[in-house]
Amino acid sequence: MEKFTVHTGTAVPLRRSNVDTDQIIPAEYLKRITRHGYEDALFSAWRKDPDFVLNQPQYANATILIAGPEFGTGSSREHAVWALQDYGFKVVLSSRFADIFRGNSGKGGLLTALVDQSVIDQLWALVEANPAAQITVDLESNEVRADGVTASFDIDPYVRWRLIEGLDDIGITLQHGDAIDAYESHRPTFKPVTSSPA
Amino acid sequence: MGKTLAEKVWQDHVVYSAEGEPDLLYIDLHLIHEVTSPQAFDGLRAAGRKVRRPDLTISTEDHNIPTVDIDKPIADPVSAAQIEALRKNTAEFGIRLHPLGDVDQGIVHVVGPQLGLTQPGMTVVCGDSHTSTHGAFGALAFGIGTSEVEHVLATQTLPLKPFKTMAVTVNGELPVGVTAKDLILAIITQIGTGGGQGYVIEYRGEAIRKLSMEERMTICNMSIEAGARAGMIAPDETTYEFLKGRPNAPHGEQWDEAVAYWRTLATDADAKYDHEVIIEASELAPFVTWGTNPGQGAPLSASVPSPDEFTDPVERVAAERALEYMGLTAGQPLRDVKVDTVFLGSCTNGRLSDLRAAAHVLKGRKVADGVRMLVVPGSARVRLAAEAEGLDKVFLDAGAEWRSAGCSMCLAMNPDKLAPGERAASTSNRNFEGRQGPGGRTHLVSPQVAAATAVTGHLAAPADLA
Repeated sequence: MEKFTVHTGTAVPLRRSNVDTDQIIPAEYLKRITRHGYEDALFSAWRKDPDFVLNQPQYANATILIAGPEFGTGSSREHAVWALQDYGFKVVLSSRFADIFRGNSGKGGLLTALVDQSVIDQLWALVEANPAAQITVDLESNEVRADGVTASFDIDPYVRWRLIEGLDDIGITLQHGDAIDAYESHRPTFKPVTSSPA
Repeated sequence: MGKTLAEKVWQDHVVYSAEGEPDLLYIDLHLIHEVTSPQAFDGLRAAGRKVRRPDLTISTEDHNIPTVDIDKPIADPVSAAQIEALRKNTAEFGIRLHPLGDVDQGIVHVVGPQLGLTQPGMTVVCGDSHTSTHGAFGALAFGIGTSEVEHVLATQTLPLKPFKTMAVTVNGELPVGVTAKDLILAIITQIGTGGGQGYVIEYRGEAIRKLSMEERMTICNMSIEAGARAGMIAPDETTYEFLKGRPNAPHGEQWDEAVAYWRTLATDADAKYDHEVIIEASELAPFVTWGTNPGQGAPLSASVPSPDEFTDPVERVAAERALEYMGLTAGQPLRDVKVDTVFLGSCTNGRLSDLRAAAHVLKGRKVADGVRMLVVPGSARVRLAAEAEGLDKVFLDAGAEWRSAGCSMCLAMNPDKLAPGERAASTSNRNFEGRQGPGGRTHLVSPQVAAATAVTGHLAAPADLA
């Protein structure tokens, strides 16, 4: 996983709340078995509307998504994170993220930065007035900075550490191999196994 | 201070714990299906890793498979490729698979419990958010993403931060005609789609104790729609009776040992929850959704709300958008809402008792003209059991379609979809925009309301029928 320290880019103002993962990536696309190439899937139903914000040329090449509260609700599909990343987003800002989506983002290195709704409102106003406005998301200082806006964001300290170091969960866990062995040796035998009955 | 059920199960599974780090939890059962596993297996392969515990892993095909002509090759090449990938991967890594056509195939959250694999006190995970279903057994069960699927395959553990605990206590008795589905829909509307965020919800109280295992599964299944990571119901005699004799349940001496342990799985009297909600069962009535998330619901007897009724500006805008998408008018009685499709099935309400309840309403009646009803049993075994009782005949005689098991129209990955503008009364768990097909409109309902709705052609409860 690539390290994430500080990112600066332009942003898309997504004035929607309760954006569920069926909107982020419809089930149709989950039939694919690839790990990449989901840029066409991102918000595909909403993108059919020419007025949808992602279709506005002034927001092309943005790397930061500024969304309303309750972002990523519903299905656990990690493909939602992949679609956002394949499209080009490195950060999502919102005042509230759904748990599973937030966890999945951490695995893939998509930064979910939690800020107060008042900060979201300020950033929406800034970016709508000036689509070329540069926004800096600084994971080292947990700060969002833009013209007229400086705010701190919340992120789980452990996830933050992993993103800054570019570390993969499986590698970290395998360092505790002995502890896993020890636990297994004490598991009650009445617990079920799928290997029987055959 | 005492511990809650969730805390007890959590602590029984900690492999490794350290300050400032998530706990490493052991996973007792890993359920796999075709949609969220291909990339996980690819990741294992690329890293040269094996599945650590194939004997704690089981897989089935459910999301992407057809529910008719199941003996023919899958028509959609992309779907076929994904099913093929699961078959190759499970064979290569030595994982038990119940493929389409197998008598133990079905929706993953119907299959685990029917085999007796899901048991109290276990940690159960799957790359599917409705894994919360298994919490009905007093298991700590939750959905995970594909990266976590890979992590469990490789290590049989997951690094997790403890969830907060919420008690939802349902006092009294559910009135006649009010089902577990109505109860959970009402709970979600009350606490909101974000209300359970960060929590594992434990459902308690007299009304919960009276529920059958299948009803408890309906409740726990939809915990995720309230934003909760997991839902749990403490095990009791109802649980043990359900499990006894099932293929993967313990027997003999091991059964006695297991039950002795299961009896310890209750929240201590002096335990404290982080949050508590009380529901009076007697106040409940058949409940449906009108909007585009499961929290936008109301009693069937009510009318479509006006966005102005919502004091929170975010909710007001969301309601406006929902009414537009759903093609509804504020003030329109919900009983006046006409449907063209009824879907009975899903991991929420696709079990034998759900089919029985709907068949009871449909017996001797007909599906209304202009309405298409799909009945999709939750598993092949549920299908066979229903046929043994003649339920299939009841559905077919009424004019409904009797299909094979799978997720089907719940998320419309397979060909069972709504056309744009079509409106369904569905016993599934999500009414998001486009969930059942682009432009499709979904009203979440109980099996009983689904059946009555099929007869009248508009949202209705059995009590409305002649």
